[in-house]
Amino acid sequence: MDEIKSGLTEVVCDILVIGGGTAGPMAAYKAKRHSPGARVVLLEKANVKRSGAIAMGMDGLNNAVVPGYATPEQYTKEITIANDGICDQAPVYKYASRCFEIIQELDGFGIKFQKNENGDFDVKKVHHLGSYVLPMPNGDTVKKALYRQLRREKVLISNRYMATRLLTGRDGQIAGAIAVNTRSAEFLVLRAKTVILCAGAAGRLGLPQSGYLWGTYENATNSGDGYAMAYHAGAALANLECYQINPLIKDYNGPACAYVAGPFGAYTTNSEGNRFIECDYWSGQMMQEFYNELQSGKGPVFLKLNHLHSDTIGKIEAVLHQVERPSRGRFHENRGTNYRERMIEMHISEIGFCSGHSASGVYVDEFAHTTVPGLYAAGDMASVPHNYMLGAFTNGAVAGEHAAEVAANIDLADYDAADVDREQQRVLAATRREDGIPPNQLEYKTRRFVNDYLQPPKVTAKMKLGQARFAEIREDMESAMVVRDAHELMRSLEAASILDCAEMAAFASLFRTESRWGLYHHRVEYPEKNDDDWFCHSVLRKRDGRMTAEKRPVAPYIVPIDESERAAYDRQRIRQHA
Amino acid sequence: MPIAHTPTAVPVVVDEAKCIADKGCTVCVDVCPLDVLRISDLTGKAYMKYDECWYCMPCETDCPTGAVTVNIPYLLR
Repeated sequence: MDEIKSGLTEVVCDILVIGGGTAGPMAAYKAKRHSPGARVVLLEKANVKRSGAIAMGMDGLNNAVVPGYATPEQYTKEITIANDGICDQAPVYKYASRCFEIIQELDGFGIKFQKNENGDFDVKKVHHLGSYVLPMPNGDTVKKALYRQLRREKVLISNRYMATRLLTGRDGQIAGAIAVNTRSAEFLVLRAKTVILCAGAAGRLGLPQSGYLWGTYENATNSGDGYAMAYHAGAALANLECYQINPLIKDYNGPACAYVAGPFGAYTTNSEGNRFIECDYWSGQMMQEFYNELQSGKGPVFLKLNHLHSDTIGKIEAVLHQVERPSRGRFHENRGTNYRERMIEMHISEIGFCSGHSASGVYVDEFAHTTVPGLYAAGDMASVPHNYMLGAFTNGAVAGEHAAEVAANIDLADYDAADVDREQQRVLAATRREDGIPPNQLEYKTRRFVNDYLQPPKVTAKMKLGQARFAEIREDMESAMVVRDAHELMRSLEAASILDCAEMAAFASLFRTESRWGLYHHRVEYPEKNDDDWFCHSVLRKRDGRMTAEKRPVAPYIVPIDESERAAYDRQRIRQHA
Repeated sequence: MPIAHTPTAVPVVVDEAKCIADKGCTVCVDVCPLDVLRISDLTGKAYMKYDECWYCMPCETDCPTGAVTVNIPYLLR
């Protein structure tokens, strides 16, 4: 295993899904249900059984729109306000209208959602305005349940293949993708009528404070490959300056997690044990207050549970130490931190792109369609804001159905063989050197500069220095990177995706000359929100080989937002009592 | 620029007495999202080849004989 072999195989399919985490399996499943005769290929860098953000499972739905608790209109309004108004509502509304049907379908797969004594879904309030949080008592079974459905529908699964570039036809229509085997370096050209990108967040962008490259908030496999591939294919990417930054357990770098512990009575405090934010829901405005408190004399910030009854804490531990990030119990054991006795120190995460929690993603409409004909995107890498796991499932379903319908009525586009040659040369260049710089050092340096120059508060001169450093790293990557086996080859390709994302993060952040989304885009020289000039999406794309940015109007609202409601998320800080 | 090997204490440890990789089992290698485990040519047992761990635990949870333990990487501990 791992030695570099030569090889190139061509595979033809109807619908190609790239990424087998959350959105991908659902997209492949729905495509196959829509068109049972179609060839649906699900490509995954790891193994679909245990891949992506929910490799171990998930402890609950953070954004369930359940009849009787919330309406699609309310949810659309909440997400629009949480995003400072920069939100195309059509995809959010579509998600909100369809997600209950997806919950019922997942329930039918054997993934159970918490019910109260009346047999109704037991929805909790965590958001600022409405109630959308639904616990999953057997959330550790999610991946297994999905895998069973994929096998039943005879979806063709290709594990350990990493897509490196998309292929497009002469008229710009999607034609397929190029992939490389992560254990043998053999190439696969996948021709497809439609392609659905579900490659997850750019979670390996900033460097965690621990300095450990893999100690990220996101599953460290999610290195932004989807963002990079979409960019190089000419797709538009929206609001990348709206970074993901999360409040986490310090050093462990996992969720605290207010969504689990909050409904039991836990909350975020400063070092004096006092609350300082009204609402623990993750928004940029909340993160700004979190950051302010960390920097103040009242920092650091803690998760407080030690006022709760021991049995209640036992219930919280049963979720937090067993489902999403089960190694968390071990972390606390090593530290000697028992929730019953002391508060848990928190910190803020490294930066990343992830629409699952913020809004940075490949631009999609309400059919999950990108700006490249035949190319779809869903999950953490698509631009539907705050869409979490249920958004990945629901928008994955939307993408799968639409992509299958389109594929049924078109022919395969022809790709240019020269594109495949060029991509093989790019991928293999580092394997042909005897000596040079290994990928892990290029990655470390990129990510350290991301921290030094890009993380908020954002300063123009710093971001420009960052761009200069990234350009130097790119030169090193292209002229001196050395790769010794197929595993390192995967890491070298990830390092290239990370560098692409770092350059996009700097470019998008420099473009928007205002502050918005709280800490996510706090520009020191432009401290105010400027609706006159910047009530719009920023859209980044590659044109004639160069990175460009432009404004795109926010689509007219379907659900009107009253003037008095617009600032609801700006009022996060607890008012001082006399 | 010659390449050095820097030692690190790896987070995933395998109890060789319990590991049945020498009988053909590859479960932990198959399920690791970061693909950091391998079977040793020398011992026939699973081991952590690359120190690139998200401490996510499929290797430990899915191991049929309970041979795998995931520790928190030292830098985070």
